[in-house]
Amino acid sequence: MSLFLVALLPFLGALLPGLMNSAGRQACAGVTGAVTAAALIGLLTNAPAVLSGQVVRAGIDWLPGIGLNVNLMLDPLGFFFACLILGIGLLIIVYARFYLSRDDNMGEFFTYLLLFQGAMVGIVLSDNILMLLIFWELTSLSSFLLIGYWKHLPEGRQGARMALTVTGMGGLALIGGMLILGQAAGSYDLSVILERRDVIQASPLYVPALLLILLGCFTKSAQFPFHFWLPHAMAAPTPVSAYLHSATMVKAGIFLMARLWPVLSGTPEWFVLVTGAGLLTMVLGAVIALFKHDLKALLAFSTVSHLGLITMLLGTGTAFGAMAAVFHILNHATFKAALFMSAGIIDHAAHTRDIRRLGGLRRLMPITFVIATLGALSMAGIPFLNGFLSKEMMLEETLHTTLFGTPWLVPVLAVIGSLFSAAYSFRLIAHTFFGPARDDYPETPHDPGAGMWLPPAILIVPVVAIGVAPFLAEPFVRLVTSAVLGTTAVAPDVHFKIWHGLVPALWMSVAAVTGALVLLALFAPALRLWDAAPRPEAKVIFDRIIAAAVAAARALIQPLHDGAFTRYGAIMVATVTAAGVHAWSTGTVGPAAYDMMPLDAIAIAAWLMLAAATLSLVFLHRNRLLSLILLGIVGLIVSIGFVYFSAPDLALTQFTVEVVTTILMLLALNFLPNTTPVESTVLRRTRDAVVAVAGGLGAMAIAYHYLLRDPVAESISAFHLANSYKGGGGTNVVNVILVDFRGFDTFGEIIVLGIAALLIYALTEALLDGPIRARLLNRKPDQPRAGDIHPLMMVVLTRVIMPVVLMVGFYIFLRGHNDPGGGFIAGLIVSIAVVMQYMASGFSWATARLRYPYHGVIGTGVLVAGLTGMGSWFFGKPFLTSDFAYVRIPPFEKFELATAALFDLGVFLAVVGAVMLSLESFSRLARRAHVPDSEHAMDIDPSRDTGEPTRPAKGV
Amino acid sequence: MELLVASAIGILTAAGIYLVQRLRTFPVIIGVSLLTYAVNVFLFASGRLTIAAPPILNDAETYTDPLPQALVLTAIVISFGMTAVVVMMALGAYLGADDDHVNEPAESDPAKRRSQDREDAA
Repeated sequence: MSLFLVALLPFLGALLPGLMNSAGRQACAGVTGAVTAAALIGLLTNAPAVLSGQVVRAGIDWLPGIGLNVNLMLDPLGFFFACLILGIGLLIIVYARFYLSRDDNMGEFFTYLLLFQGAMVGIVLSDNILMLLIFWELTSLSSFLLIGYWKHLPEGRQGARMALTVTGMGGLALIGGMLILGQAAGSYDLSVILERRDVIQASPLYVPALLLILLGCFTKSAQFPFHFWLPHAMAAPTPVSAYLHSATMVKAGIFLMARLWPVLSGTPEWFVLVTGAGLLTMVLGAVIALFKHDLKALLAFSTVSHLGLITMLLGTGTAFGAMAAVFHILNHATFKAALFMSAGIIDHAAHTRDIRRLGGLRRLMPITFVIATLGALSMAGIPFLNGFLSKEMMLEETLHTTLFGTPWLVPVLAVIGSLFSAAYSFRLIAHTFFGPARDDYPETPHDPGAGMWLPPAILIVPVVAIGVAPFLAEPFVRLVTSAVLGTTAVAPDVHFKIWHGLVPALWMSVAAVTGALVLLALFAPALRLWDAAPRPEAKVIFDRIIAAAVAAARALIQPLHDGAFTRYGAIMVATVTAAGVHAWSTGTVGPAAYDMMPLDAIAIAAWLMLAAATLSLVFLHRNRLLSLILLGIVGLIVSIGFVYFSAPDLALTQFTVEVVTTILMLLALNFLPNTTPVESTVLRRTRDAVVAVAGGLGAMAIAYHYLLRDPVAESISAFHLANSYKGGGGTNVVNVILVDFRGFDTFGEIIVLGIAALLIYALTEALLDGPIRARLLNRKPDQPRAGDIHPLMMVVLTRVIMPVVLMVGFYIFLRGHNDPGGGFIAGLIVSIAVVMQYMASGFSWATARLRYPYHGVIGTGVLVAGLTGMGSWFFGKPFLTSDFAYVRIPPFEKFELATAALFDLGVFLAVVGAVMLSLESFSRLARRAHVPDSEHAMDIDPSRDTGEPTRPAKGV
Repeated sequence: MELLVASAIGILTAAGIYLVQRLRTFPVIIGVSLLTYAVNVFLFASGRLTIAAPPILNDAETYTDPLPQALVLTAIVISFGMTAVVVMMALGAYLGADDDHVNEPAESDPAKRRSQDREDAA
């Protein structure tokens, strides 16, 4: 099977458990297992090639520009890890099916599990380090979801957060390290990097790359001083712990160190850092593990310890060390996964994992007893079990390792580590299974069904088989080791044997086991000593660091981000102006390419009016109604300016928009205060004025210089002028650009406009739905209302001109393609006609006559425009290709039919709908409780006059 | 003439910036509208100023640049939508809190703010 499929299957399969959730737990687990099994089988189809020494590759160029290619590679090392991930994954899935209770959402669990599995497989198959990084981050994220799966448990959430923080930070460091490594090697492809050992180690970038990569590996593989997250991640369901902490997540760091071993190892820096950290972690983890009472915590620290052991072996930089490391990875994965699952079984059966409350389980749970005991004895390094063999190799290797110039340091520490390792293994067996059976278990323990004990039992088979017949594993381990070593060394010609003779390593082993038995006998006093000794609590320190980081971030952000928007505005304007000045003073400005156009009286008069209106606006802005009028003047002069400078379409648009905007603002002013009080000091206003004048001068300078010079690149406008009639069938180039050349832009714009209107509608609904509604309904207007709000004259007039305005709109719409006009302008004109009806005849009268809701009008507009665009697909043309034809229907003149007109109709409808929906929403706020809605258009209507003088209703 | 247009852009920008920095919502909205004018005119002017040569094809020799016009036309309509949304938000804030200040009230007690953060997080 293609490597792509192997890597993709878990991700694709992750969709299934969620879908199968309602089909039952069996189906859910079944489909997950099937996906994993399929991936495993797919992997195994590549086994013959890999075992015969080939490297299977698959690759496509993805972003070759930045060296990111989807290259997958399967060599013995990747094959080994992928087998562990998928094989143990399959067993975990079976186990989890029976472990999870009915209250747990199984679909969610298996989705996370498959995501995690896919990410892990991705790491071990990646041939590109950038892609490896992506998968690396994915494991951090998906393990976060898995560890925090029991969301109701605070420990679960905190543990997940801690794991994400530590491994995520390590991931960031790793990104830096990998990028540096790629720079040093000149390639991001692993297979290339692995062959450039000399180049990389000679590079000055080697040390920073090494430090950052090791930071990533150590955090992931829980090496001291980052070991503390792993025990806290034990709050996860046991299948997760068994999976993440035996074969996968924490082995990712180990994998990466093994993967990069040929290029990174062999230097003093590598040796001191990796061996040192590994040795320290091994001893520390083992010592802490002995005194943990929670079975899972004990196993967690033992995992930390064993990871330290593997790290140390990789650190030695010798071929023999690498071989021992590979062998121990295999052995540890098997016995540790089995042990975690056994701990889960005990927890499940006895409802406690506390060793102090257990004991005497060997008769009650015989199957579990056998499994756990074999696993623990292997962990302790007892002969005829696989743990013994790799531990012997480790001890042998330490004898040849000299750290800090003291040859006895490493062996002694290794023996101490082994001693404690054996001690906690013995304690696990003795204190859980031996001793008298108790009568105070929270629940009477019993062996579980086969579904739960079979997976660990299957894992125990290789533990015993390799232990008894080491030669079984030898060829495979040798193959993987040679893959780790790459071209740097040849795998040592060592034969795995149980009996090597009376070698020093055996005596060290004997010393460790004997010491462990003594320690176990003296466990009670040792525990008292341990409890009395002061020791730092990692979680407290971690929480303190996090709290300090939060406080620092807050201290930085709160003064900067204090909610004073005026200050942000001032800072932004000042920054932009300063940047402009900088660009101006450092850049080059060519000489003016044009002469100034001569002035004329009209222009000067308009400029004077604009300047006067704008300045008055600044000084009189506290009177809000007046400022609105002045704003209208500014808009009007801008419209006139557009006419003057040959932009009739713009003038029409600006003018009509001006009308609707003013109506809108007036509606808003209805609710807002009428004046703006003086609040800022003179100093403050002076500061604002200085900033404003600086910004204004900057804008003026840019505009002035730009107007007299040619743009840097040639404009594409000539194309539009040349092709407007030939290609678009219209002589109004602006309209043809809108509906044809850049129709897709326009399509987006009417959608944005529609969204804005819907947003206003939604905000209005929210206002009218909440407590504000009552206040609005009981509002007392702050100004006296006119006695005759809907006067007869206005009602009659607006009704008379309604058809006229609609006619104008229709005319403007039709002529748009060839003369100034078009959908935008026509839409605005028609909106004004409709708004006039609202204003003259009242909201309820107009609403009662509304046949189509405005949302519908917006939607229709967007649909019409979109369908017109799609129509061109049927002719094999791209979206929004327009077409036109000239037809002649007697007795009319020949006229043009263009699909662009249909598109323009969509624009028209969307604009009408959006404008009307906005204005209508504002009007709805204005209705009040004590003023009944009048169904009549006019307050005083002679045709209703019964002869009795009536008082006109006040309000609305 | 160019200087006239450029100075008009400058005046609109300066007045817009000044009003945007006021403390109440309404002047800020007016200021944003002024800035909109300034930006639209600036964009429009980037096609150079041409008198009596609208981009309506006939037998004329020269036409003004149609492209900035098309861009500005939609910008005008969109800016109406934007103004409407901003006005609605200002109105909602005023009706909800009976306060039309733009800035958040200064929080004197940091502990209170922290508890607020926690509530937000929860």
